[in-house]
Amino acid sequence: MAGSGNSEVKLLGAWASPYVARARIALNLKEVQYEFLEEQFGTKSELLLKSNPIYKKIPVLIHDDKPICESLIIVQYIDEVWVSSGPALMPADAYDRALHRFWAVYIDDKFVPALFGMMRAPTEEAKAESKEQALASLQLLEEAFGKISKGKPFFGGDTIGYLDVALGAFVGWMKAFEEMNGFKLLDDAKTPLLCAWAENFCNNEVVGAVIPETAKLVELAKVMQARFKSAPPAN
Amino acid sequence: MASEKGVMLLDFWVSPFGQRARIALAEKGVEYEYKEENLRDKSELLLKSNPIHKKIPVLIHDGKPICESLIIVQYIDETWSDKAPLLPSDPYQRAQARFWADFVDKKVFECGGKLWKLKGEEQEAAKKEMIEILQILEAQLGDKKYFGGDIFGFVDVAFVPFTSWFYSYETCANFSVEEVAPKIVQWAKRCMERESVEKTLPDPKRVYEFVCYLKKRFGIE
Repeated sequence: MAGSGNSEVKLLGAWASPYVARARIALNLKEVQYEFLEEQFGTKSELLLKSNPIYKKIPVLIHDDKPICESLIIVQYIDEVWVSSGPALMPADAYDRALHRFWAVYIDDKFVPALFGMMRAPTEEAKAESKEQALASLQLLEEAFGKISKGKPFFGGDTIGYLDVALGAFVGWMKAFEEMNGFKLLDDAKTPLLCAWAENFCNNEVVGAVIPETAKLVELAKVMQARFKSAPPAN
Repeated sequence: MASEKGVMLLDFWVSPFGQRARIALAEKGVEYEYKEENLRDKSELLLKSNPIHKKIPVLIHDGKPICESLIIVQYIDETWSDKAPLLPSDPYQRAQARFWADFVDKKVFECGGKLWKLKGEEQEAAKKEMIEILQILEAQLGDKKYFGGDIFGFVDVAFVPFTSWFYSYETCANFSVEEVAPKIVQWAKRCMERESVEKTLPDPKRVYEFVCYLKKRFGIE
């Protein structure tokens, strides 16, 4: 490893957070040893408040006491620092990089709010709308996968790349919502490429260790849903 | 799609997002064709180049479209890397630059919009929010020449277009950016000494005229 034998890497996170999962997957792919500091649900530690004063959110990567915030920024940082460890997460070509970044932003702006919208929706109507949006987003991502992967198993080609991590971190939650709502988000008929992709992604050793069990996420979702119903949303 | 060689920018004159791309291209000395879009009647080319969002700016390089202003700026920085680096070479500094550019993206435009769209208590709340945003950015700038340090960089490009909106924010919400964030105002003046910025940013009075036109269109008094 590039002379950083003594460097200290910590990750502030939570087991269920898909944003945290992005960071963990990236660290694992790059074989980085790190200390996982779990935040307790509902409270924020001193270290978190000090390391991310602007947003007070996880994940925060702390490398040699320097904090890096925002999951996608963290993934790029990991890729750039541990550049000689494992394949690059970012594509080599500038245009391909722009495509990966574009779809990662799309996932955060359009897909994720729709996905969690299904859980938070106060009415059946709102829930249906979120579901429509989530399915439509996945359809676009299916098309994008076709173009970007060029017949290979991942957005990154032969190996897992930035965009794979950006979307793949949400596969656990996607499975949880499928189970809770009784319909498929990833469908062999409508999104066959992404179905195959999700399987390849989860079969990767370092990824499998990070994505939480569907049953545990379903349990957590039920707890969170109860809280949303009884109190105004805090986030 | 026939691959036309060259660089084209689909844009709209007052858009701070488009201006980011223009400033980056100017800093790099890249020749390009500028195409002004009518946002109420979007061109075939725009709809084809950005089918997902149908928004400007779109950079088209040798026939290939790149969308989203900060992604465009990074693409420009990486493609014309021989001159005027916008992102630092150190990974930690890069992460910081990306964080603060993203902060500008998440906060400034939306809050700015509230200042001219809302009235009364809601506007007051938006004003407080904008002052906080400006002061956070000022703290980040500190006594540096630019957000990028000595180098005019990614965060400077991301934020400077909004400086021509300061007059509109101040007039609509009745406050002074100079009073709440004097270092930001000084920084803005330094940026305006750069040809790329001076030639790109519209006169703040023209931006205000545009805001007034929007207010009429949306029926806001």
